[in-house]
Amino acid sequence: MNPLGLYEPGSSALHRLGAGWKFAGLLVFAVLAFVFSAPLPLGALVVGVAAGYLVARIPPRRCWQAARLVVPVAVVVFLLQWWMLSLDSAAVVGLRLLAAISAANLFTLTTRVDDLVSAVERGVRPTRRFGVRPERIGLLVGLSLQAIAALSTIAADTREAQKARSAERSLSAFALPFLVRTLRHADELGEALAARGVGDDEK
Amino acid sequence: MIEFCGVGHTYGERTVLDGIDLRLPQQRIGFVGANGSGKSTLARTINGLVHPTRGRVLVDGLDAVRDGRQVRRRVGFIFTNPDSQIVMPTAGEDVAFSLRRHGLSKQQRRERAAEILAEHGLGDYLDHPAHQLSGGQKQLLALCSMLVLEPDVLVCDEPTTLLDLRNKRHFAEVLRQLRQQVVLVTHDLELLHDFDRVVVLDRGRVVADDEPEEALTYYRKLVE
Repeated sequence: MNPLGLYEPGSSALHRLGAGWKFAGLLVFAVLAFVFSAPLPLGALVVGVAAGYLVARIPPRRCWQAARLVVPVAVVVFLLQWWMLSLDSAAVVGLRLLAAISAANLFTLTTRVDDLVSAVERGVRPTRRFGVRPERIGLLVGLSLQAIAALSTIAADTREAQKARSAERSLSAFALPFLVRTLRHADELGEALAARGVGDDEK
Repeated sequence: MIEFCGVGHTYGERTVLDGIDLRLPQQRIGFVGANGSGKSTLARTINGLVHPTRGRVLVDGLDAVRDGRQVRRRVGFIFTNPDSQIVMPTAGEDVAFSLRRHGLSKQQRRERAAEILAEHGLGDYLDHPAHQLSGGQKQLLALCSMLVLEPDVLVCDEPTTLLDLRNKRHFAEVLRQLRQQVVLVTHDLELLHDFDRVVVLDRGRVVADDEPEEALTYYRKLVE
């Protein structure tokens, strides 16, 4: 299961808004979420994101997929903070987490990765004179999002293998195969990129 | 045409390929051999993914190492595990990704991706998460991501190993209909019966090179 949603086709205003604008908006939103340190403005941010889901007309099924991953994490963090610090701190951290992850999820639900990669490439193009390769930065962003899905699949497969050998409680029975499979995946992905000619234009 | 001229390759002390000399003008060529026989390494030398430590590999006269970039434009490669070939989150984006360096607009890339996915029965999966496709669909997606580049040669390294019987047959049928020269590395001997030529490798050497029936009979005796 992917903690960030994958693109949900649609024609809403949020879908039509340029990927670059949405990305900039997300960055501003994230900064606000970390600057605000009172429950009230953070609560307003959460309400704002919820309104974004309505505007984007995200189907309830997709909202539920996101909620069942984000809400338990936010609740656990909230309870821990409440226990260790105070109700106020717990509310701030919980709401901050909820707002930031929900906004990131809304962004990926309404933006094709291809559009995001193009926007990032356009955005960093002026840095080419300093030796930065915009295609590489764009590819990095695209691969980072894809990696979330790939690593989730590897983790799920590894957990199944762990269960099959009755080693659910063994950390090493999960960590070692997960690490090995992740490294192998990285090797294979590198080969696949080379086979598609990625990097050839820069030689 | 693909040519192997005295190709050898070693990983440290271990010799994986030893003096391979082959000219492959046929349309459909199969490579078989036991695990560790060197067939996957040989396949990877065709588009320069592996640089042989001895000899040269030529594709239409171009050296796969020296002219790697031009060779990779002519040679598509399909790997065993489709999950490792998927670079973008959705099927349409993954195919469109192949076209990013070809001077097409975003709209053109997307249209071309939609066309090729539809041609291969994945038309309804344009915006579908690629990792949620079935194994057979993922391998078809990997094929589409290569075919959209219109290569002259398609090298497939055990592409049906992770597929069930139905998907295996479907994938074989798709390969059969391609206009490209196909080099298929496989353990599925039934896929090779109507190929033009089958090469058998053993411990890095060519031990049989014939029409499918003869070569496969030799291979069966070899592994018995």
